[in-house]
Amino acid sequence: MEQPTCHDGVCEGHTHALILAGTPVVPGVAHGPAVVVRLDISPEAISNFGTGGFADADATMDAYDAAVGRVADGYSRKAHVASGAAASVLTASAGLVRDKGLRGAVKKRVVGGEDLLAALAGAVEQFVGMFTQMGGLMAERATDLRDIERRLVARVVGQPEPGVQLPLEPSVLVAEDLAPSDTAGLDPAVVIAIVTERGGPTSHTAIIARQLGIPCVVGAAGITGVSHGTLLLVDGAAGTVATDVDSNEAERLVAADRQARAASASWTGPGRTADGAEVQVLANVADAESARSSTEAPVEGIGLFRTELCFLNRRDEPSVEEQAAIYTQVLETYPDTGHVVVRTLDAGSDKPIAFATHTGEENPALGVRGLRLSFDNPGLMDRQLDAIAVAAERTGADAWVMAPMVATVAEAAGFAAKVRSRGLRPGVMIEVPSAALLAHRMLEVVDFLSIGTNDLTQYTMAADRMATDLAHLTDPWQPAVLQLIAITAEAGRYAGKPVGVCGEAAADPILACVLAGLGITSLSMAAAAVRPVGAQLARVAMSTCESAAEVALAAADPGSARAAVRRVLGT
Amino acid sequence: MPTRTVVVGSAVGLHARPAQIVADAATDLDHDVYIGLPGEDPVDASSALMIMTLGAQNGAKVEVTSEDEAALNHIADLIEKDLDAS
Repeated sequence: MEQPTCHDGVCEGHTHALILAGTPVVPGVAHGPAVVVRLDISPEAISNFGTGGFADADATMDAYDAAVGRVADGYSRKAHVASGAAASVLTASAGLVRDKGLRGAVKKRVVGGEDLLAALAGAVEQFVGMFTQMGGLMAERATDLRDIERRLVARVVGQPEPGVQLPLEPSVLVAEDLAPSDTAGLDPAVVIAIVTERGGPTSHTAIIARQLGIPCVVGAAGITGVSHGTLLLVDGAAGTVATDVDSNEAERLVAADRQARAASASWTGPGRTADGAEVQVLANVADAESARSSTEAPVEGIGLFRTELCFLNRRDEPSVEEQAAIYTQVLETYPDTGHVVVRTLDAGSDKPIAFATHTGEENPALGVRGLRLSFDNPGLMDRQLDAIAVAAERTGADAWVMAPMVATVAEAAGFAAKVRSRGLRPGVMIEVPSAALLAHRMLEVVDFLSIGTNDLTQYTMAADRMATDLAHLTDPWQPAVLQLIAITAEAGRYAGKPVGVCGEAAADPILACVLAGLGITSLSMAAAAVRPVGAQLARVAMSTCESAAEVALAAADPGSARAAVRRVLGT
Repeated sequence: MPTRTVVVGSAVGLHARPAQIVADAATDLDHDVYIGLPGEDPVDASSALMIMTLGAQNGAKVEVTSEDEAALNHIADLIEKDLDAS
C-alpha cells in the first residue's frame, strides 16, 4: 500500500478530512454537497473570454440574449420560492434583465464596433450614471443594474453567477457571508444547511436561518476554501462542519437528528423542565399576522410585541385610534390564556422611523433611540401608551408594557408612573449594561424585566452586532454577558418578580437551559424556535439546568462554555 | 402623431414596479408607444429602464404618443392609475 506523502503542509495525491468549527446558530444535522457562493467572477475567465470571437453583431447579440434568458430564469426561480417583498424585488429584477432599453443600448455599442463585455459595461454605466444623478429611490436601481451586469457577465463568459445560486438538489450553502438580498427566497427543501466564513449569532444570516429553521453554522473559518461539490456534514448544534465522513455514519447521524427533531415537533407545552419547574415559553411577534400565527406553536403568550415594525413605512405618526386598532388585533390573540408584553417604540439606529428618528447621528446605536425618543417628545410616548390602554380595555387582555433602552432607575420610574396611571403593568428592557448592573434597584420601581440579549451583548462587548469581523464578540455566550444575565435573574429571584429573555439567546435550546438554571422565568422567541427549546427544557431537571449555568459562568470563552454545558446536558 | 397628456397616478411615480407594469403592457401591444416629459424627447414605453430615466414623480405630467389611438389610450390610462397600490 502506498504511504501518503505529506510534508510541510503540502499533501500529494490525496486530501485530508477536515473538521471546521464555527458558532452554532440553528441546530440540525445535514449532509450534502457544498454550493459555494462566489462574490466575484474569476478575472481569468474574463480575460480568457476576451472579445468572445463572435462572427458579427447578430451573433454577439444572440449570446447576449442567451445570457439574459438564463439570468432572468434564475431570478424568476428565486422569486417563485420567495414571498412578499422579496418576491416582488426578484420579479422586478427578472423584468429589468429583459429590458428592451438596455438591450438597445448594448446593441448600439456592439454595432458601433465594441466587443460584448465592453458594450454591456458601457450600456449599464449609462443608466447607472443617470439613476445615480437622480438620487433617492432611483439610485437603488443602480444597485440592481450592477447586480444584473455581474450576472450577465458571468453567464456570457461561462461562469456560475455570483451571489447565491438556488441549488437544484439538496445542498449545503457555503459563503463568506450572506446579505439580506441573498437570503430572500431560500428554500429549506434545497438549502439543507448554511455555513458562512464570517458572521455572528445575531447577523442577518443567523436571523434568517433561524426563521426558516435551516441548520446553520457561522464564523466557520476556512469554509470558503472548500471546493464546490464537496460533501459536507454540518452539525448546527455543535457548530461543526466535516468533510470525508463515511456515508453510513453520515446517514446515521442525519437520521438520529431527524428523530430528535420529530420529538421536538411533538412537544406540546407548556414550558417546564423535566421535574416540572415552570419556564414560560413565549413568542416574539411584530404585528397581528405574526401574533395569529404564533398561536400555532404551543406558546403561553407573547413575550415581545415589537410595536415599531407596524410603523416602519409610515411618514406621519399614526393616531391613537389607528394604533389602538393595531394593538387590539395583537392583544386579542391571547385573551384568557396568557399575557402579552408590549414593547414601546424602539425606533432609531437600524430601525429608522420617519416621524420619530433623529437623523444625522454619528453613532445611532448609542443615540436617541427607544425610550430616549420621548425625552423631547413626551407626547409620542403618551399617545402610544394611551393606545395600548384602549386596546387592553377593549380586549380584556393582560397587557404588560415595557420600554427599550432604559439606562437609569429614574427613567424606569418615570416610565412606570406613566404606565401605571393607565392601569397597565410596567417593566423595562435590560439591554444597556447599566440597567443590568442596577437590576435590583430597577425592580424596586417596575414589575418585571426582559433581557434583550442581542443589544445587551453588543453594548457589553462594545462590538457592532452587524460587524462580521467581531462575530466572536457578539456572542451571548460571552462570560461577561452571562454574568450580567445572572445578576439580572438574581435580582428577579430576590424581588420575587419575573425576569424574561427575549433576545435571540432564548431561541438557543442549549443556552435556554443555562438561562433557566440562572433563574430566568420566561423565554420569548421566534415561532420556529419554540418546539426545539421547549423539548430540550423538558428533557432536563432544573438541578441540571443549574449545573449547566454554573459551568457556563465559569467558562473562559463561548466555545468552552458551550462544550461544558453540552457535557452537563448530555447532548 | 396623436398625443395625450396625463398625470402620473402611481404613488412612487413612474419608478420600479409601475414602470415595469407600463413597459410590459406596451410590449404586448402591436404598436409603438412613446412617453416623454413635456417638451423633451420621448422614450420607448416598452422599456422600463427608459421610462425610469424620465424621473416622472407622482403628479407629474407626461405626454403619451402613438400612431394607434387604442394603444395610446391603453398606456395613458395605465399611467394615470396608482400602479404601486397592491
